[in-house]
Amino acid sequence: MLSPQDWMAIGLTLRLAAISTLVLLLIASPLAWWLARSRSPWRAPVAALTSLPLVLPPTVLGFYLLVTLGPEGPLGHLTLLLGLGTLPFSFAGLVVGSVVYSLPFAVQPLLHAFQNMGNRPLELAATLRASPLDAFFTVALPLAWPGFVSAAVLSFAHTIGEFGMVLMMGGNIPGQTQVLSTQIYGHVEAMAYSQAHTLAAGMLVFSFVVLLGLNLLQKRGLRMGS
Amino acid sequence: MPTDNQITLELKRQEFSLEVDIHLPPQGITAVFGASGSGKTSLLRCVAGLERPGQGFVRMGGEVWQDAGVFLPTWQRPLGYVFQEASLFEHLTVKGNLQFGLRRSKQQQAGQQNLQQAIELLGIGHLLERRVQDLSGGERQRVAIASALALQPRVLLLDEPLAALDAARRQDILPWLERLRDEVHIPMLYVTHALEEVVRLADHLLVLENGRLADSGPVAQVLGRSAAGAASGEDRGVLLHAAVQEFDPTWHLMRVGFPGGSLWVKDKALALGAPVRIRVLARDISLAVGPPPVSSIQNLLAVTVLEMMPDTHPSQCLVRLSCGNTGETSVLWARITARAAHALGLQAGMPAWAQVKAAALVGA
Repeated sequence: MLSPQDWMAIGLTLRLAAISTLVLLLIASPLAWWLARSRSPWRAPVAALTSLPLVLPPTVLGFYLLVTLGPEGPLGHLTLLLGLGTLPFSFAGLVVGSVVYSLPFAVQPLLHAFQNMGNRPLELAATLRASPLDAFFTVALPLAWPGFVSAAVLSFAHTIGEFGMVLMMGGNIPGQTQVLSTQIYGHVEAMAYSQAHTLAAGMLVFSFVVLLGLNLLQKRGLRMGS
Repeated sequence: MPTDNQITLELKRQEFSLEVDIHLPPQGITAVFGASGSGKTSLLRCVAGLERPGQGFVRMGGEVWQDAGVFLPTWQRPLGYVFQEASLFEHLTVKGNLQFGLRRSKQQQAGQQNLQQAIELLGIGHLLERRVQDLSGGERQRVAIASALALQPRVLLLDEPLAALDAARRQDILPWLERLRDEVHIPMLYVTHALEEVVRLADHLLVLENGRLADSGPVAQVLGRSAAGAASGEDRGVLLHAAVQEFDPTWHLMRVGFPGGSLWVKDKALALGAPVRIRVLARDISLAVGPPPVSSIQNLLAVTVLEMMPDTHPSQCLVRLSCGNTGETSVLWARITARAAHALGLQAGMPAWAQVKAAALVGA
């Protein structure tokens, strides 16, 4: 039913989603924390910038990433200088693209979790001798765990569903940048509808199950919190 | 005069400013009393370093926490803070909450002993394994106080700890706070807008009005002074520090003596000589002149009129009285109608009889 190339695309997609999610959580936690607590005039522009991928077509993001990361782009120069080669049309390039593309899906749930928590737990921690960094790890992170679960699941699922960005940044190289969405596109182009069906239906079911699970989990999280 | 516990603050916010200069006694509860918006909570937050005043000098237990160019962050100040909403960490058990501060303390050994004492003092030993979500409001507040106390703070700051509780829960927790006052020998700043808590718990009283200190001193003195401030209207009255002197088992009464007089109150099964706090409201005292009146009222005190002043309503007048003759005296307030004052011909310096209709035992 599934060709070896299909299986390769599935494996690559899962790997991409897993790595991107991990990177996203590392970037989004301090970013969301800063957005939730900062009174800096830079807060609003940074918040807007973080949300841009929500409204821009992925092709636009992909296009600019291609330009800046390409051999003629400023960041491309840098990666060449560092001996890393250029990122476009490589798996690493896809990871960078996914991180940018899914950033709001990781930041928003965390931001909400940190905002809902309010200042009080941190003030309480401070009166109990916890330094701000200590309080972040021992109070803010544990209290915001439902936010982390949402952020991880949404980032993962959203990365699996990305298409336009992959096409712009990665092309469609089997084993390197050919992911599920581009594979489905390939099948359709080749009029191989039944194969496209199998993959497409699989993704549909996967996404539904993920969102269902997230909803159930959030309900449980709410009950625990109250 | 410099003292070990000094708070001098100048805080300016939009439409609000706080300007105080306070010296705390080395132990006992100092109540910070005032209407909402008078700056009570801001004062407490400034002492804790949760808010940063423009100018200030804070010294606690001889250690400077804030001065020009000095601002110790909250987590480095050896204080205990009890928030109004009984704040606990929701992701930890009761035990986890109690251990949170101790794990960050330098003296682990001594700390665990302290915690044990705090747990016993507040009677929460049976709650240790509970989740904080399963505690009642009063239990939560006792856990919060214990976790603050376990750290052996130089000062304990309590921000309206009973305000979020209903009347029944308040009655549950008040005896624990009395124990706290009597057995923990550090200064405690207790913010409240409830006079009931002031008369029951406080040793000293600070009255805040619009961010300024309107009055301060030992609680009985402040309540007896003529400046309305602390307690006006229906709450006008005095607090008497008294001791049990005698029992009348036939009628279930006991006599409590205070400087300049004594009163019969309901027998509450206390020991002879036990200290009690007696609250006598102005509306519960009526006045008579001439020979001692014969009436159903058991408590009759020989007093001297000190001054008379109009009350909020023109039909009423307030009379400040001195009870007792030489040496030891106490101040009482009586509220009578202006017409009665006129009919009796009351004036300062006149002897009179104060008939006390009710006297409440408000605490030990």
